[in-house]
Amino acid sequence: MENKKNTSKDHQWLYSPSLESTSHIEIKDKYELFINNEWIAPTSNKYFDTINPADEKVLSKIAWANAQDVDKAVKAARKAYDEVWSKISAGDRSKYIFRLARMMQEKARELAVIETLDAGKPIRESRDIDVPLACNHFFYYAGWADKLDYAFPNQKTESLGVVGQIIPWNFPLMMAAWKIAPALVAGNTVVLKPAETTSLTALKLAEIIKEAGIPPGVINIITGHGDTGEALVKHPDINKIAFTGSTQVGKAIQKALVGTGKRSTLELGGKSANIIFDDAPIDQAVEGIVNGIFFNQGHVCCAGSRLYVQENIAEKLVEKLKQRMKSLILGNPLDKNTDIGAINSKEQLQTIEKYIQIGIQEGSEIFQCEGALPANGFYCKPTIFTNVSQSSVLSQEEIFGPVLTIQTFRTIDEVIQKANNSPYGLAAGVWTDKGSKIFNLTSKLKAGVVWANTYNKFDPASPFGGYKESGFGREGGMHGLGAYLKIIK
Amino acid sequence: MSNLEVLKTYKLYIGGAFPRTESGRFYAPVSNQGEVLGNICLSSRKDLRNAVVAARKAQGPWEERSAFNRSQILYRIAELFSDRKEIFLKEFQKQGSSPEEAVLEFSTTLDRIVYYAGWCDKYNQVLSSVNSVNSSHFNFSTCEPMGIVALIAPQNTALIGLVSLILPALAGGNTLVALASETLPISAISFAEVLNDSDVPAGVINILTGKQDEIAPIMASHMDINALISSDLGSIENQIAEACIDNLKRKFTYTEDFNQPESQGLTFIADLQEIKTTWHPIENIGGSTSTY
Repeated sequence: MENKKNTSKDHQWLYSPSLESTSHIEIKDKYELFINNEWIAPTSNKYFDTINPADEKVLSKIAWANAQDVDKAVKAARKAYDEVWSKISAGDRSKYIFRLARMMQEKARELAVIETLDAGKPIRESRDIDVPLACNHFFYYAGWADKLDYAFPNQKTESLGVVGQIIPWNFPLMMAAWKIAPALVAGNTVVLKPAETTSLTALKLAEIIKEAGIPPGVINIITGHGDTGEALVKHPDINKIAFTGSTQVGKAIQKALVGTGKRSTLELGGKSANIIFDDAPIDQAVEGIVNGIFFNQGHVCCAGSRLYVQENIAEKLVEKLKQRMKSLILGNPLDKNTDIGAINSKEQLQTIEKYIQIGIQEGSEIFQCEGALPANGFYCKPTIFTNVSQSSVLSQEEIFGPVLTIQTFRTIDEVIQKANNSPYGLAAGVWTDKGSKIFNLTSKLKAGVVWANTYNKFDPASPFGGYKESGFGREGGMHGLGAYLKIIK
Repeated sequence: MSNLEVLKTYKLYIGGAFPRTESGRFYAPVSNQGEVLGNICLSSRKDLRNAVVAARKAQGPWEERSAFNRSQILYRIAELFSDRKEIFLKEFQKQGSSPEEAVLEFSTTLDRIVYYAGWCDKYNQVLSSVNSVNSSHFNFSTCEPMGIVALIAPQNTALIGLVSLILPALAGGNTLVALASETLPISAISFAEVLNDSDVPAGVINILTGKQDEIAPIMASHMDINALISSDLGSIENQIAEACIDNLKRKFTYTEDFNQPESQGLTFIADLQEIKTTWHPIENIGGSTSTY
């Protein structure tokens, strides 16, 4: 796709680049591990590069923690739990988290730019969605610390201890916030491991944690690859593992925890259905479809990747969708005009391309926007497939990219059956003008989040999490507290 | 007139019927007083699968019934259970309880049924929320049943353990496939007869008898079972936990002494509920401040 050129049939104009400045941000050449509010060199002496997926340039070198480093971090967290965090008043815990939220807000712009550089997501999304939601998550949970008795009436609760947290690369800072905030207000201390391709905002958060004066050891951030995460899961002094990522890795973690007495919550994959009825407001539904699958390049566990359109409007809707796709701007994530940024990593791009080939081989009909991709960096054109069968690989497996499958349906019962015919159960979308139909569907769709006449909305007060193989436990809202507390019966 | 006693054959309870095990196998548990309790069905993998099929068929209609209606059905279980007091007292004693223990187990069981009957149309109010989101959406979270719950009844009680775990699952709109205590199975089947007469729809509860070591692993690895609940399974606990991971079955182990009156509560219902959050824009569709 030519940069900045809107190729929509009726609107031909060129956008001037509108690049977000990177002059106000500071990225160090090298990052150590954040343990006890100190920067500690890894005993492994190993570092790995983190690159900007939009141009493949190296941004910084990141410490690669081994089991010994993990042990240091867990020990720091245990000491902080025993001596400080479980001893101070709930009111003080609350005030620390409020303070952290405010300092993050002060540095929101820097966090957003770094997120875009490291993850490849459009600056509009980092600036307006990821970073504000991350700050808000801390702000929301801060107030719960001294009100936990109200969340579990007639029951007593206790903190768990030291929590190990492993997060993915699709919403790096936001996932860190989703994990850390409820754990801390519930009285636990944490060891957080960011994904290897997106460590930078977590490390910036570490700087803010230190600056905010959060007691040493309460939040420890250790960077590395899968082996680092594995060492964290297997560490004997961890009381709970919270994981967001693929279903495959989630199951492996769960198996490693059997017999250890460690608790867990898992937020895993999805293949969410987005259902459009013939009485839906079509133009808004098209926006919802685009937002559902192309938001964050489709790197969204709850992406509306299976589209079901009522047969009698399918032709018209698909035509409108194609028209709308032609106006999507793919390019430099730092450009404020950009709708579709870079794919997070080369590896992920290869996975997506593999699925696109499978779709073609399965005989589905592909549509992609025209135009060339940027010469460097990892990019994938927004892609839709029609004539997809329910049993195809493309409509069963999570792709985690900007690839949509489209199927049609005639009756409401048929679409409920098709939508629920998946081992996953994370989210679903319903578009119709009829309230009774919405309630009928939302109660029958087996999914943890249902968006009616909207899609991909998130909020700290709104519980998020899946049914079936999309994992268990909720994050966000009052229900999210339960993941970090023991109920004393 | 002959005084010759007519003995009861204890069979399985699947899909609202009382079949023998398809395997034709049986075992003969012996009470602690040395009395043979009967030729009890030794359920097979196929029996379990049949029970899951029956439960899946019953799941939708059961969870879509009004909570008030479920409450009345559960209360009806208490009515019929109460009516058959003598039968259960006799069976408890046959399985080794003293007369006092039998009376206590019966009355605790009865109270527990009434307790959970009263929860059906209330737990959702307590566990749900309307969430104040930072955008113009109506956002609420409610409970939904997980679906099919596999229950491995505690071994040490004839009925109170089984009932203490059946009722909260049922109150929450789940269906069940239960395995009775291996050593004390007969009152579980008599309880199935109570259920069958209590307007509990066919398939909502299915009760098998047999060997825990044989049936528990099959339950744990069955891909259409959503949750598995039990007391501590001892030497097979880890094996069962691992098998549950294949379809991420929710697994809960309860170590309570269910004879205690306080061994009941909302958490037993809440454990078997999923929280579903629904969003809807508040403003006019397509309006100038629309939140699409």
